[in-house]
Amino acid sequence: MSFYFAQFLTGLASASSLFLVASGLSIIFGVTRVVNFAHGSFYMLGAFIAYSLVTSLPPGPFWFWGGVILAALTVGVVGVIMEILVLRRIYQAPELFQLVATFGVVLLLKDVALWTWGPEDKLGPRAPGFDGAIDIFGSRVPEYDLVVIVVGFVVLAGLWLLFSRTRWGALVRAATEDREMLGALGINQALLFTGVFFLGSVLAGLGGAMQLPRASVSHHMDLAIIATVFVVVVVGGMGSIVGAFLASVIISELNAFGILIFPQITLVLMFLVMAVVLVIRPWGILGRPEDETAGEEYEHQSLSWLPSRAARLAMAGVVGVLLLLPFVVQEFYLVLMTEVFILALFAASLHFIMGNGGMISFGHAAYFGLGAYGGATLLLYGDTPMLLAIALAPFVAALGAAVFGWFCVRLSGVYMAMLSLAFAQIVWSIVFQSSGITGGEDGLVGVWPAEWASERQVFYYLTLAVTLGGILALWRMLFSPFGYSLRAGRDSPRRVEAIGIGFRTHKWLAFVIAGTFAGLAGGLYGFAKGIVTPTTLDIPRSIDALMMVLLGGVQTLVGPLVGAFAFVVLEDRLLAFQYWRAIFGLIIIGICIAMPEGIVGSTRSFLTRRGLVSSGR
Amino acid sequence: MKSTKNRTRLFLAMAAAVAMVGLTGTAASAAEPIRIGEINSYTTLADFTQPYKKGWEMAIEEINAAGGVIGRPLEVISRDDGGKPENAVKAAEELTTKENVDLLAGTYFSHIGVAVTNYSKQRKKLFVATEPMSDDITWAQGNDYTFRLRPNTYIQSAILAEEAAKLPAKRWAIVAPNYKFGQDAVAAFKKVMKEKRPDVEFVEEQWPALFKIDPGATVQALMQAKPDGIYSALFSRDLTAFVREAELRGLLTDDLTVVGLLTGEPEYLDPMGAEAPKNWIVTGYPWYAVTEPAHKKFIADYQAKYSDTPRMGSLIGYISIYAIKAMIEKAGSVDQDKLIAAMKDLTFDSVVGPITFRGIDHQSTLGAWVGRTAVVDGKPMMVDWRYAQGAQYFPTDEEIRQMRGAK
Repeated sequence: MSFYFAQFLTGLASASSLFLVASGLSIIFGVTRVVNFAHGSFYMLGAFIAYSLVTSLPPGPFWFWGGVILAALTVGVVGVIMEILVLRRIYQAPELFQLVATFGVVLLLKDVALWTWGPEDKLGPRAPGFDGAIDIFGSRVPEYDLVVIVVGFVVLAGLWLLFSRTRWGALVRAATEDREMLGALGINQALLFTGVFFLGSVLAGLGGAMQLPRASVSHHMDLAIIATVFVVVVVGGMGSIVGAFLASVIISELNAFGILIFPQITLVLMFLVMAVVLVIRPWGILGRPEDETAGEEYEHQSLSWLPSRAARLAMAGVVGVLLLLPFVVQEFYLVLMTEVFILALFAASLHFIMGNGGMISFGHAAYFGLGAYGGATLLLYGDTPMLLAIALAPFVAALGAAVFGWFCVRLSGVYMAMLSLAFAQIVWSIVFQSSGITGGEDGLVGVWPAEWASERQVFYYLTLAVTLGGILALWRMLFSPFGYSLRAGRDSPRRVEAIGIGFRTHKWLAFVIAGTFAGLAGGLYGFAKGIVTPTTLDIPRSIDALMMVLLGGVQTLVGPLVGAFAFVVLEDRLLAFQYWRAIFGLIIIGICIAMPEGIVGSTRSFLTRRGLVSSGR
Repeated sequence: MKSTKNRTRLFLAMAAAVAMVGLTGTAASAAEPIRIGEINSYTTLADFTQPYKKGWEMAIEEINAAGGVIGRPLEVISRDDGGKPENAVKAAEELTTKENVDLLAGTYFSHIGVAVTNYSKQRKKLFVATEPMSDDITWAQGNDYTFRLRPNTYIQSAILAEEAAKLPAKRWAIVAPNYKFGQDAVAAFKKVMKEKRPDVEFVEEQWPALFKIDPGATVQALMQAKPDGIYSALFSRDLTAFVREAELRGLLTDDLTVVGLLTGEPEYLDPMGAEAPKNWIVTGYPWYAVTEPAHKKFIADYQAKYSDTPRMGSLIGYISIYAIKAMIEKAGSVDQDKLIAAMKDLTFDSVVGPITFRGIDHQSTLGAWVGRTAVVDGKPMMVDWRYAQGAQYFPTDEEIRQMRGAK
């Protein structure tokens, strides 16, 4: 019995430290509607700064806790700087821009930390005064665990008081309810948002700093925690503090007791809980259903089928150049372009739902990965010929998209985005932890093209043909009645329902179609690399797709294709630099702020303004 | 209108930035060096790959200062894989088709090592895997074109199992990261233990996800099973967190035998400082206590050159270049087939003694240092150690043929 109580306390301590971080993200989201990817980076920064402070300040409890609090406040300031310099400029933009911009901050901070603290893990001191363990019913429980539990409850109580008993708290709650009304009543929203960002970032920094006595500080802390924190925030209900607390406890206790029974599937367990909760309560345990009209209205430009003769000619010219490329350039550039084609199809499939259905998926990599694993499994276990494997791969992805999409399309906006992320993480964790079939982290190796296509040139042409076909098929659908209804629904869901179009069914079908073509791209990708590993369906891959769409321009037809090209070339060029992530991060942030229309959109606007092309499309 | 103008300017600036990045090409060198294409996770796991890089850089300088190999200098063209196997494959493609390297080398993570191993088979390109430990690289996924220097997971686990079997502990528990490396390590340890001590039983297994250990809960679960011995394949931050909790919660009593794979490597041991676990049986690298003159010279030179202590990676990086040198000398050219023929059963003198690349599985016979951990003057160290020759711990030739055949 004592063992179970000790295990319960251990779980509670984990829950408590998780809650510190998650509550910060939840508060920020509740008010600003920003899904802040950089929250994990703040957590990491908190730990690093606390390490530097605590090891350079005099020893003793006063300076230890002083260092921890100072670290948390410093992180708060970093959060404020990010809010003022980056987010304040893009609050009005779609969620996608904020997410991608904060991901740029993740990359930037990663290199800042590397540059400041060097590559090695840092092991901080134990907490003075709490460095032993005490006997509780015969089990030894670390004193520091109890401290963490107490801090968790204190923060919970403090936040509750802040939000229910102070004027500032009331304003924050009002902002969560109706931002515009609050602004109309003369409240300085900008200041309020900055304050919320400070508070949220301080909590992340505190969470990181409190880890100091428990584990070493490393550069992997940021992405390691962010997925878990997302789960907590989504399960608890976005914006709900108590919800975040409940979810932290559920997830942590589940892990503490889960490892006794299923030590090998700890990751799957967590995401499974998330999926179950979201299916039953799509807005989380204590979340409130969003008001369907609350979503921001963006001005969507209408897409047009290859606008002018000149554009068509240009398009044909590009294809011509691509066909001749193998006769002109080094083989390596064919390898690079093969990747561009595949990612272009992947990006185009995401654009299909995003640009036209107004649906944002943060987990599109799931279908890319399902296609890749589908093709590889068929090849390796079923001896399926390459072409057949590539042809069947999309069906595996389509199956996944049909199931997950059915739940996803019931939500909208950022809730849908988070649910899609959850499903992608479920697939990822299953693939990662069922090494018997999928090879786990090693992945499936030996996924090479058939003998006849093993030459790089042949595979280049094969990929060009398949992806071109895929992209044209997607475009054709966009300008069918189906595509028009989809866009109509995006702009005005109620009117579309009123004239008898089942918008939800349309969204679901679009989701499945997008998943299918992502799967086709994934199937090709496996053969291009010879391996399929869990990185084909992890979070960064989903973000890559979002970045490609954004880089090229959400509102344009060829945007995703140009975006994929720019992405691959940039990555190839930048990897030579030691701090390439910082450069990449800055470019991403710059694009989000300075050219939200993307490369294609900005070029078009630029040319239009100069009168070089007519504004008519 | 002003904002539009600003935006235009920003747009132009961004376009210029992108274009500039695009134009920074690689300058080709005029000399005719032998080109080694090297791929590693330099930014993802800098703390382990940077000492390795220093090791190979030092070897390259030494060799070129002495006139190179077969009259030509050695040149390493190094690429960062960003921790992703797909990027490693792309880098391999680039090095092969654009940089025209004579051979590929490197990689640290097992899954990236396996990916490049598979690439070398497909593109028929010689690959000297230096750091990755996955058994598959020379066994299940082994191929004609891949050779590996570092002792694999099996060999190191077998060395530890041999030591563990000498001790009275009967009830064993396992804690290992839940991926290929951990699974291989546990399978090998169990296999050798069962052979040597049929009476041992394994009473508990904990498989935390890599770098996501919940240390308190894991330690509690292990304590609950009341084992006499624990075999740990944890490393890096998982290990540090585990050791702290284990100390606090009283798991690490004097009666408990703990065997730790890789725990004695300075990369993992040094960061723990005075808190490092004591009296664990570990594999590692006690560079501070080596006595062979050649090895001592390497350590002294390294410390003089970098003002830093050597790590396991430093030694591996250094030896791997000398292995490549010996191979090229024996082949007398950089012709692929001749290099591969030369590498089979190649024996060369390294700073740690003669090493052979076995013809049967292309695995080197480099062994491992095994000893006990201790804290001396506040610094973690390995004591009572010996160097275990790798050659004595291989599975039988029959088993290896089966593994290599079962592709």
